[in-house]
Amino acid sequence: MACIEAHGLRKTFGTTVALDGVNLRVEEGRILGLIGPNGAGKTTALNAILGLTQYQGELKVLGRDPWTERDLLVRDVCFIADVAVLPRWLRVSQALDYLAGVHPRFDRAKAEGFLAKTNIMRTSKVRELSKGMVVQLHLALVMAIDAKLLVLDEPTLGLDILYRKQFYDSLLNDYFDCSRTIVVTTHQVEEVQHVLTDLMFINRGRIVLDCSMEEFERRYVELTVHPEQVAAARALKPILERQVFGRGILLFDQVDRQQLASLGEVRTPSIADVFVGVIGNQAGQAQGAAR
Amino acid sequence: MNPQSNAMPEAPLDSQVPAPAVISATRRMYWSVRRELWESRSIYIAPLAVAALILVGFLISTVHLPDKMRGALALNPMQQHELIQQPYNFAALLIMGTTFIVAVFYCLDALYGERRDRSILFWKSLPVSDLTTVLSKASIPLVILPLVTFAITVVTQWIMLLLSTAVLLGSGVSVAPLWSHLPLWHMSLMLLYHLLAIHGLWYAPIFGWLLLVSGWARRAPFLWAGLPLLAIGVVEKIAFNTAHFAAMLGNRIGGGSGGAASTAGSMSMDSLTQLAPVQFLISPGLWIGLAITAAFLAAAVRLRRYREPI
Repeated sequence: MACIEAHGLRKTFGTTVALDGVNLRVEEGRILGLIGPNGAGKTTALNAILGLTQYQGELKVLGRDPWTERDLLVRDVCFIADVAVLPRWLRVSQALDYLAGVHPRFDRAKAEGFLAKTNIMRTSKVRELSKGMVVQLHLALVMAIDAKLLVLDEPTLGLDILYRKQFYDSLLNDYFDCSRTIVVTTHQVEEVQHVLTDLMFINRGRIVLDCSMEEFERRYVELTVHPEQVAAARALKPILERQVFGRGILLFDQVDRQQLASLGEVRTPSIADVFVGVIGNQAGQAQGAAR
Repeated sequence: MNPQSNAMPEAPLDSQVPAPAVISATRRMYWSVRRELWESRSIYIAPLAVAALILVGFLISTVHLPDKMRGALALNPMQQHELIQQPYNFAALLIMGTTFIVAVFYCLDALYGERRDRSILFWKSLPVSDLTTVLSKASIPLVILPLVTFAITVVTQWIMLLLSTAVLLGSGVSVAPLWSHLPLWHMSLMLLYHLLAIHGLWYAPIFGWLLLVSGWARRAPFLWAGLPLLAIGVVEKIAFNTAHFAAMLGNRIGGGSGGAASTAGSMSMDSLTQLAPVQFLISPGLWIGLAITAAFLAAAVRLRRYREPI
């Protein structure tokens, strides 16, 4: 059973189209990165998946309709919306008590175990914790819930690099297994590149790229071209070209790796570069069309 | 949104996972109410602070108590009665007024604050339905605050009585008039009835309205709670030169004519004969009010479902 399945998912706010016929399918046991520029529809898509907003089209999450069956769905789904949603008056001990009180799948001992690895005091209020500690607390609470789907919307926004690294490390080591699915949106794509199993680019309400990371690595090649080969390389239609220290770096989509290797050094590009190539081209085309 | 769906045990999707402990709707409700008490500590701190102030003031006033009691002996029983009871009724009234104000501010913030600080996203990530949440919030002004008021008032009155007794015994004045004119058990019963009937039932539409506004307003819930009512009153006055709406509101806030007590609003709590529980329970005003409350709360539940953080 697919964990998330959407067909023709649409959502409009007045005349603004936030989701424009999104089709997607996320299998169980995947870690999907949903990457897109600001206002691309990422959060709207997540809200639809979480049953927080109404939508048009077909959407099933864990086999349920998230809007009409939200009360049942929410037992199997967890989410961290962003770093600032834990109420500031809440004490750490109260958070543990409350979750143990209302959540059938919350394992208090597990949460206490995660918290023991941090400097968070049981008597502290959320307002007394640093931003990084709030995220640690939220993650400890969420990881102690035996959920099937975890949705993370910009979970590491505004955190320093140590906390960000730690966040994904504990997610992978202490939480993820093949029966769980994680969907994450972030702008810090470099950090999730080696975490993800699947990648999706979304732009202006549409999915513009949907592939597994293996496919990504097969499909995209970055070429640092020998100066004398630039013309030959350009003939293969790179999707992005930039200059670094006077050398041309070209990004190719579905071009034979052997052929490119003869023109310079090849390697797997970063998600960020492919993102710029794919989304940047679209933006250029849109501007061209507007002119 | 469906109350039954919460109570129903759900078969786990994956048969390998052991069935999780089923959490009953009552338990969710219990924790939701506790959550409200954690967040809004003014629910008990404000009336406790007022009670403490009353006791401090009363303690100072006991300096004159022996003289006052000697003077009271010269009065007729009716006047004696009033003189002795007066501080006790005043204490009850003051605590009750405080909790009413607390209830108003609590309601206006209950569904607004969580949207403003975006913590609604955290609460919504947990398996507590909008219905449970709204009902737990409504229970604060309708059940919790009346009971808190009752407990604090009764304890305060007993402390006042014991203080007075100690002072009088110390100065050699008879305590018999004090005790005979202060039927505290009886007064407590009257107070409990008043709190449950007026604050819990008769005022319910007021709190329902405030909760609805707090779930709806994007800013300034306090203004939104008052302005529409004022507008209706003004339009009615200009269009028909009548003031039925204002009278209705006044009647509601005043405690209702022919309501729980025949002299509603005047807080004399010394006679059961003034009470008319049956008359109150069959009065259409009560039931219309409760129906309106239910409608307001249903709307608040729906709003919580649709509204996004601000």
